[in-house]
Amino acid sequence: VENVRLLDRLSSRKAALGTLYLTATHVIFVENVSETRKETWVLHSQISSIEKQATTATGCPLLIRCKNFQVIQLVIPQERDCHDVYISLIRLARPVKYEELYCFSFNPKLDKEEREQGWKLVDLNEEYNRMGIPNNYWQISDVNRDYGICDSYPTEVYVPKSATAHIIVGSSKFRSRRRFPALSYYCKDNNASICRSSQPLSGFSARCLEDEQMLQAIRKANPGSDFIYVVDTRPKLNAMANRAAGKGYENEDNYSNIKFQFIGIENIHVMRNSLQKMLEVCELKSPSMSDFLWGLENSGWLKHIKAIMDAGIFIAKAVAEEGVSVLVHCSDGWDRTAQVCSVASLLLDPYYRTMKGFMVLIEKDWVSFGHKFNHRYGNLDGDPKEISPVIDQFIECVWQLMEQFPCAFEFNERFLIHIQHHIYSCQFGNFLCNSQKERQELKIQERTYSLWAHLWKNRADYLNPLYRSDHSQTQGTLHPQMAPCNFLYKFWSGMYNRFEKGLHPRQSVTDYLMAVKEETQQLEEELEVLGERLANLQKSQLNYNKVKSKQQDRSKQLGLSTSNNSLANTPQEYSNDLKSFPSRSPSQGDEEDSALILTQDNLKSSDPDLSANSDQESGVEDLSCRSPSGGGCLPSEDSGKDSDEAVFLA
Amino acid sequence: RSSQPLTGPNRKRCREDETLLGTVVDEGERGFIIDTRSAQAAKQARMTGGGTEPKSSYPQWRRLHRPLERGRPLQESFIKLVEACNDTSINMDRWLSRLESCRWLSHVKAALSTACLAAQCMDREEASVLVHGAEGTDTTLLVTALAQVILDPSCRTLAGFQGLLEREWIEAGHPFHLRCAHSAYSHARLKQEAPLFLLFLDCVWQLSRQFPFSLEFGERLLLTLFDNAYASTYGTFLCNNEKERCLCKVKESTHSLWAWLNQPGEKKKYLNPLYSHNALVIWPSVEPQSIQLWQGLFFRWIRASQYLDEAWAEIQRLVEGS
Repeated sequence: VENVRLLDRLSSRKAALGTLYLTATHVIFVENVSETRKETWVLHSQISSIEKQATTATGCPLLIRCKNFQVIQLVIPQERDCHDVYISLIRLARPVKYEELYCFSFNPKLDKEEREQGWKLVDLNEEYNRMGIPNNYWQISDVNRDYGICDSYPTEVYVPKSATAHIIVGSSKFRSRRRFPALSYYCKDNNASICRSSQPLSGFSARCLEDEQMLQAIRKANPGSDFIYVVDTRPKLNAMANRAAGKGYENEDNYSNIKFQFIGIENIHVMRNSLQKMLEVCELKSPSMSDFLWGLENSGWLKHIKAIMDAGIFIAKAVAEEGVSVLVHCSDGWDRTAQVCSVASLLLDPYYRTMKGFMVLIEKDWVSFGHKFNHRYGNLDGDPKEISPVIDQFIECVWQLMEQFPCAFEFNERFLIHIQHHIYSCQFGNFLCNSQKERQELKIQERTYSLWAHLWKNRADYLNPLYRSDHSQTQGTLHPQMAPCNFLYKFWSGMYNRFEKGLHPRQSVTDYLMAVKEETQQLEEELEVLGERLANLQKSQLNYNKVKSKQQDRSKQLGLSTSNNSLANTPQEYSNDLKSFPSRSPSQGDEEDSALILTQDNLKSSDPDLSANSDQESGVEDLSCRSPSGGGCLPSEDSGKDSDEAVFLA
Repeated sequence: RSSQPLTGPNRKRCREDETLLGTVVDEGERGFIIDTRSAQAAKQARMTGGGTEPKSSYPQWRRLHRPLERGRPLQESFIKLVEACNDTSINMDRWLSRLESCRWLSHVKAALSTACLAAQCMDREEASVLVHGAEGTDTTLLVTALAQVILDPSCRTLAGFQGLLEREWIEAGHPFHLRCAHSAYSHARLKQEAPLFLLFLDCVWQLSRQFPFSLEFGERLLLTLFDNAYASTYGTFLCNNEKERCLCKVKESTHSLWAWLNQPGEKKKYLNPLYSHNALVIWPSVEPQSIQLWQGLFFRWIRASQYLDEAWAEIQRLVEGS
């Protein structure tokens, strides 16, 4: 469709004119501006909702909201075309069969061997070995080998040595969805562990010997403590209500040596609504500070994030400080349980704060333990009531921790944002379906590619320059500050306003420091080489002086190579009163404004791979300015032109 | 900058004032007056002898009103914020509304927006700007000083920033002695006390966060300035204006804060390791998401700064290439 306008969210006058394309996998908008022909690609899988708005004199507006929080507003001149696009997008964004998803057609041009290797990058057996299992207390069990016991669990589960197959089977019958207690994390320093399950089918008074024995087995697997914590991550009221439906929670009287604890985290419906409300705040045009803070509080979002974090902290403390094992569950043990176990693991074990370790953590607590990716993130068209930002919340917890502990994580914010992006993109096969069983049936590993391999290949982009494996922050357990700590929870504009360039610091400290680090490394290597030669040659003095002055020049050089000097940024609309500057007429300003602004944006933010080649990664926004040490794709436009960028016209 | 014209209820004129302003704008050019009072307040000021510049007498000047909070209400905002930050009983589900009720961040947003407006007038419209409120000693200075940090790279260097403070706050006659008397904990709520200077520092901090490479100094300098404005071993922030400082013989009897800060040993503590000269104007985002609570100040004694200090040390180490 031609002559479509793409509006800028913050300033509706900044519109780009171009052509809209619909392909089998993407929506693509290509600007008419011939020098740049900036492209905006949106995967159908990313589309969360499409809204047809009232036709105006300028055309028919279509609002596309994406799961990665990109919001695109198009204005299509003809109503008929708009309707066609709308209907098509509705169908394209709601696939019915897995085969419709992008991962089955995505071709990164790797051979079969490479594809296989990609899937082998994360190996859970290796991970449990790393933890020190199997050992005297824990063993691997194949009781679920054909998914016969629990179809949402993996084929290999880790259980206490004293838990026989009989106990496991019995316990599984007493647990919702048959999700019996299994090992999530084992701390070899003190034998304390984190186990996870679903709620017991206890109703008001039902008991199950094997389930009680299962918990005892967990306790016995930790000789250092004579009790275990059982943590129910639901609000007490909800858990109690479940009893009426024949489910519920563990009665301390029936299970010997447990200390029961509720940590109220709300359910998926509350979270879905919370996110919805927060996004509404993000969509407000020119909100006041008041609108924003009230809106944010009203959504409850940060409160929920904190609740998840607090639960993780409680469990980490129990394991690290008290040396007590914990059994965690919610209702079905695949949402809040996953969140809380993975946060706790992250706090406890520095390995999970490395890039590889983080991938392993997600594979372990989310993928293998049957988090319902398809239902929660809408791979396929399904029940809207199943949709909920569960893993998004976990990812945000990680970001909040990164802000509090800037040296503790090997990866950076971009890593988290890209992972979130790809959970929804369905470009890779890792997060398809609802369980390992389903993925196996679909032969995902033979027909799609692994995200982990892709991220690992590009790991240089995802590193945190402040991370050092020998730093104190990267050793041992993390101890987030306890109350008062409300203020520590910040709104993550990097994620929820990801595509609004005007909101973010234009200069990426991360990228700059990575560039510095690389150059330093290079120079150090050169220095080494020269040093060796030094030992061999007699003309030492001359060479050495040359190297020294190079080091001193380095800081000046770096200042230039990162080009933050030439980052002209544009003022936003500072006056709500648009009558401020009548001196320039709108027509004089507009076209030039758009062109220049978008030129800058194009050069800075679009992934250089984004040519019209659908084989490659699309639409993955890279907000921060890349500064590879050799110079990069930064704009060198003349800052003197900024007089055209006024946005304050009446 | 100036103070308000004494138009009064009878709409007095003053040829000299008109001529003076006339020298600033050339023939055919226009200028902007940014009045930091609301149109209402400015009009009411006439009843007590003050007022605004009437269009007829100042035809080349376009007046814009951008009300900025000052005086008692600003001090109350500050006090409430500090109370909220120290209140350990607030739950997460009421923290943000409590923060909002203090209004401090709204004041930061308003100050930055107004300064940006002034900067836009100059940079984009290439017009001169006159800023005044009532007295010309509070919100006026906030706007003119902040606009210069936004516009002028030399004001973002350590030396340039000190020069800016000297010019736009100290010499310009911000009454530090009255304004920075007791700070937020005192029960004696003084009539003349108001944290305009702190508001300015907060705005500068917001700029440093949004443009991490563009200021030669870091948070530590801003905290030190905050401290010294209220209580100092040095005479720099004493008294209310140059006249008082002369009468008290401040220059003869005290030491200058700048002299101490600029010693090589001290100076390096205040420098921003990421600084790289940025010749351009820095336009901050004033969207609510972009304006954050200055934790380093308001939670200075409450939060564990160890991890952040370690991060800065690491940044320093990387940049210096040890």
